[in-house]
Amino acid sequence: MTGLAFLLMFAAAIFGYIINRRAAVAIRNDGHRLHSLDYFHGYHSLLSVIVPLFIFICLFLLFKPLAVDALLVASLPESELVNLSSGQFQLVISEIKSISGGRVFGQPEEWKLAGAARLLFLREAADWVLVGVVAVAAALIVWTRRRTVTADFRARQRVEKITFGIMLSFSIVAILTTAGIIFALVFETSRFFAMVPIQDFLFGTQWEPQIPIREEQIAAEGAFGWLPVFLGTLVVTVVAMFIATPIGLLSAIYLNEFAPKWFRGIVKPLLEILAGVPTVVYGFFAILVVAPALRSFGASIGVDVAPNTALAAGGVMGFMLIPFISSFADDALSAVPRNLRDGALSLGATRGEAMLQVLFPAALPGIVGGVLLAVSRAIGETMIVVMAAGLIAKMTINPLDSVTTVTVQIVTLLIGDTAFDNPKTLSAFALGLMLFLVTLIINVFALRIVRKYREAYD
Amino acid sequence: MADAPFDLGTGAFKGENSHLRRRKRRQMILQGSGMVAIGLAGLMLFILISSLVSTGYSAFTQTHLVIEARIDPALVDPENPQDGNYQQLARDIVTTRVSDGVEVDNAERLTAILSNRAQFTLRDMVVANPEIVGQTVDVKLPVADNYDQLYKGLLDRTTPEQLRRLSDREIEIFDELVDSGYVSAPFNWALFTNADSRFPEVAGLKGAILGSFYALMTCFILAFPVGIGAAIYLEEFAPKNRVSDFIEVNINNLAAVPSVVFGLLALAVFINWFGLPRSAPFVGGMTLALMTMPTIIIATRAALKAVPPSIREAALGVGASKHQVVFGHVLPLAMPGILTGTIIGLAQALGETAPLLLIGMNAFITSAPTGPFDNATALPTQIFIWADSPERGFVSRTSAAILVLLGFLVTMNGLAIYLRRKFERSW
Repeated sequence: MTGLAFLLMFAAAIFGYIINRRAAVAIRNDGHRLHSLDYFHGYHSLLSVIVPLFIFICLFLLFKPLAVDALLVASLPESELVNLSSGQFQLVISEIKSISGGRVFGQPEEWKLAGAARLLFLREAADWVLVGVVAVAAALIVWTRRRTVTADFRARQRVEKITFGIMLSFSIVAILTTAGIIFALVFETSRFFAMVPIQDFLFGTQWEPQIPIREEQIAAEGAFGWLPVFLGTLVVTVVAMFIATPIGLLSAIYLNEFAPKWFRGIVKPLLEILAGVPTVVYGFFAILVVAPALRSFGASIGVDVAPNTALAAGGVMGFMLIPFISSFADDALSAVPRNLRDGALSLGATRGEAMLQVLFPAALPGIVGGVLLAVSRAIGETMIVVMAAGLIAKMTINPLDSVTTVTVQIVTLLIGDTAFDNPKTLSAFALGLMLFLVTLIINVFALRIVRKYREAYD
Repeated sequence: MADAPFDLGTGAFKGENSHLRRRKRRQMILQGSGMVAIGLAGLMLFILISSLVSTGYSAFTQTHLVIEARIDPALVDPENPQDGNYQQLARDIVTTRVSDGVEVDNAERLTAILSNRAQFTLRDMVVANPEIVGQTVDVKLPVADNYDQLYKGLLDRTTPEQLRRLSDREIEIFDELVDSGYVSAPFNWALFTNADSRFPEVAGLKGAILGSFYALMTCFILAFPVGIGAAIYLEEFAPKNRVSDFIEVNINNLAAVPSVVFGLLALAVFINWFGLPRSAPFVGGMTLALMTMPTIIIATRAALKAVPPSIREAALGVGASKHQVVFGHVLPLAMPGILTGTIIGLAQALGETAPLLLIGMNAFITSAPTGPFDNATALPTQIFIWADSPERGFVSRTSAAILVLLGFLVTMNGLAIYLRRKFERSW
C-alpha cells in the first residue's frame, strides 16, 4: 500500500511536469514571450507535488504504528487492563499482534480475538486513508499548478526558491542528527539517573550491571560505577597508541622525505588497504592469531597472560590506527612550505636534520591533531574490543590482564533483550553519553588544532 | 695544498670527520627506523591476509557424498512428497553403501557422516521432481563438519583417539567411502546460495549478502541526495555567517563520532520511539545513512571546490542564474568526484558492524530476506556471529566470509579508483 502511495505521488509529479511544460510551450508558440523557460513551469509542478507529499507519507508511516496502537488500546475493554503491570500490558499487546499476524497459540480470550480483528481493520483503514489523501492532494496540486502557467509567471524564481529550501533543509539534517544523538542519550541517561544516583555512576569503582530477577532477590543488587570500565578503555587506548604513534610517525617521515617515488606509490595504497579493512576483521584476527600467539609467548617466558588480554585488543587496534596517523602526519609534513626545508638543507643540514629539526617541529600541531583524532578513534572503537577484550570490569592498569571497555559494555548490555525500563539497559546509554562527550571534547580540540595550523601556512 | 681545510678525496672537512659521520649515522638511523616501521605495517598486513586465506580457503569447497540411491516409495509418498521420512532415507543411503564393504555395527553413528541437513537436501530434490520416487538416482549430499574437516586434512589423524572428534572406527568407515570414490569436494556454492544455519557444513552467506545489499541501497537512497544537497548549499549558497560555520563544525564532528553512538541513536529513536522493526535492513540502512552522510558531504564539497571559477563565470556571463550555473555546469563536472567519494563512503558503511549489532541485525535467521523490512543479518554481523560460534567448521567459514566481504570492498574501491582515473581532468 505504501508502494502504491509513492507510485501515485511520482505519477502525479511526472504528469504535472508534462502538462505544465506543454502548456508553457503552447503559450510560447502563440507568440507570447515567456518569463521563465518552459521546463521551469514543469519543475514547478513536479516539486510542488513531491515535496509536501513525500513529507506527508514519511510522517504518516512514522506515526501510523503509534496511532494504531493508541486506537487499539482505547478499544480494549477497560476491565481487563486495570490490574496489569506495564510488562504484562506489553505482553497482552504483543499477543494481540501475533494473533493478528495469524500466529495463534492456545485458546486466547474473546476480547483478544476482537482486538486482533480490530487491529487488522485499523491497519487496513490507515493504508486506505494514506492512499486516498495522497491521490486527492496530488490531483489538487497538479490542478492548481497547471493554472499558474502564464506568460508572466515567474516559475524560475519559484523553482529556485523551492530547491534552495530543499538544500537548506538537507544541510540541517546534520544538525538534527547531532541533536538527536544528544537528546536520545540525555533522555535515556536521565531515566537511568532516576534509578541510580549520579555520584554512584561517576565515582563508583564497581561495575556489575545486574538487576534482580525476582523482587526479593538481594544478592544481585548491581553496581554501576563507570570508573573501572573507563580505566579499561584507557589501558587499551594506551597500548594501541604505543604501537600506532611511533610506527605511524616514522613511516610518515620515511615516506615524506626519504622514500623513492616508486616505493611511495606502492606503500601508500597498501596503507590505504590497511585503513579500509573493517574492524570486525581485525577483531577476528585478534582472537584467531594475536591472542593465542601472545599467550604462548607469555607461557614460554613464564608470564601468565590472560586469554583476552588488553595487549591483544590494544595491539591490533594500534595496527589499525597506523595508516590513520601516518596519512595525517604525511599531510601535515607536506603542508610545511618547501622553502623551510630547502633553507635548512642549504645551510648544511642533513636531510635527517632538516626533517627532525625543521619540518617536524613546523608540522607538529597538525601531527598532534592527527594523533588526538586517533586517540578518540581508539576510545570509540568497538568491534575489536567486543571480540578480543574481556567482559569483567577490574580496576587494573596491567595490560596483560583482561580488561573491559566502555564500548564492550554498551554492546553486551544491549545485545538481545532491550526492555527500556531497567537500569541495566539504561546504563548503556549513560556509558554512551560519557563516550560521546569524551570523544567530542577530543575531536573538537583536535579539529581546532588542525584547522588553525592549516590556516597558518595557507 | 697540504693544509687545505678539507679532504680533497672525500670532500669532508678535516677534523670534523667524526662529527659529520655521527650526523650521517643519525640520518641513517632515522631512515632505517622508518623502513622498519613500514616493514612492520606491511608484515602485519601480510600476516592478516595470509592467516585469513590459510584458514578460509577450505570453506570454499565442501565435502559431498555423491552416491546412487534408490528413493524408497515406502518412505516417500510420491503423492505427498513434503511429508516423506527423509531422515530414514538418508540413513538408508549411507548404511546400504557402507555395508557393501565393512560390517556395520552402529547405524546411528554411520548416519552422522551426513550433515544433519542432508535430509532436507533430499526433500527439496524430491519435491522439485516427484517422479524420481522409486527410481535410483544420483544424489549429492553434504557431509557433516567433522568428516568435512577430515577429508580436507584439517583433522589430525595422529592425535590420540580420546582427544579426537572422530573415533578410529568412524575414520575407517569414512575412508572406505573415500576409497569407493563416493566422496568429493567440489566448489562450495552453498556458501553463496544458503542462508545461515547452526550446522557449519550448510551455513551460507545469502541472507547476509542480501541484508547488506538492502541496507546499502537504503543508505545510498537516503544519504546520496541529502549529502549532495547539503554540500551544494554549504559550498555554493550558504552565507558566510555563524550558522554556516556551526553547520560545518557539526558535520566535521559528526564524521568523528564513534559508530556505536549511532547505534544507540538508532535503538532509542528508530526502534524504541518510532517502533520500527528490529533486525530490519531498512533500519540498518537509515543508521548507516546518518554515518555516511558526512563522508559524502565532505567529498562533494571537495569535488565542487575543484571545479574552476572560470566555468562559473562563463556561465554567469552568458546570463545563467546561480542555480542554473550550479545544476547545469558545476554539478555535472563535479559528478565523478562525488561518485568516487560516495562509493568510498558506502564501502565504509558495508564494513560497519557495531551500530547494526545494537539494532538487532545479529539475530539467527535461517532464511534470506525478501525485502528491506524482513529480518536479516548483514555481512559484518554474520562474521561476528560465526566468529562466536563454537563449532570448528565456523572458523574457516568466518575467514571465508571475511574474504567475501573484503572482495566486495576491493571491488567497490577499485570502481572508485577507476572512476577517478577515467574522469579525472586537470583544468
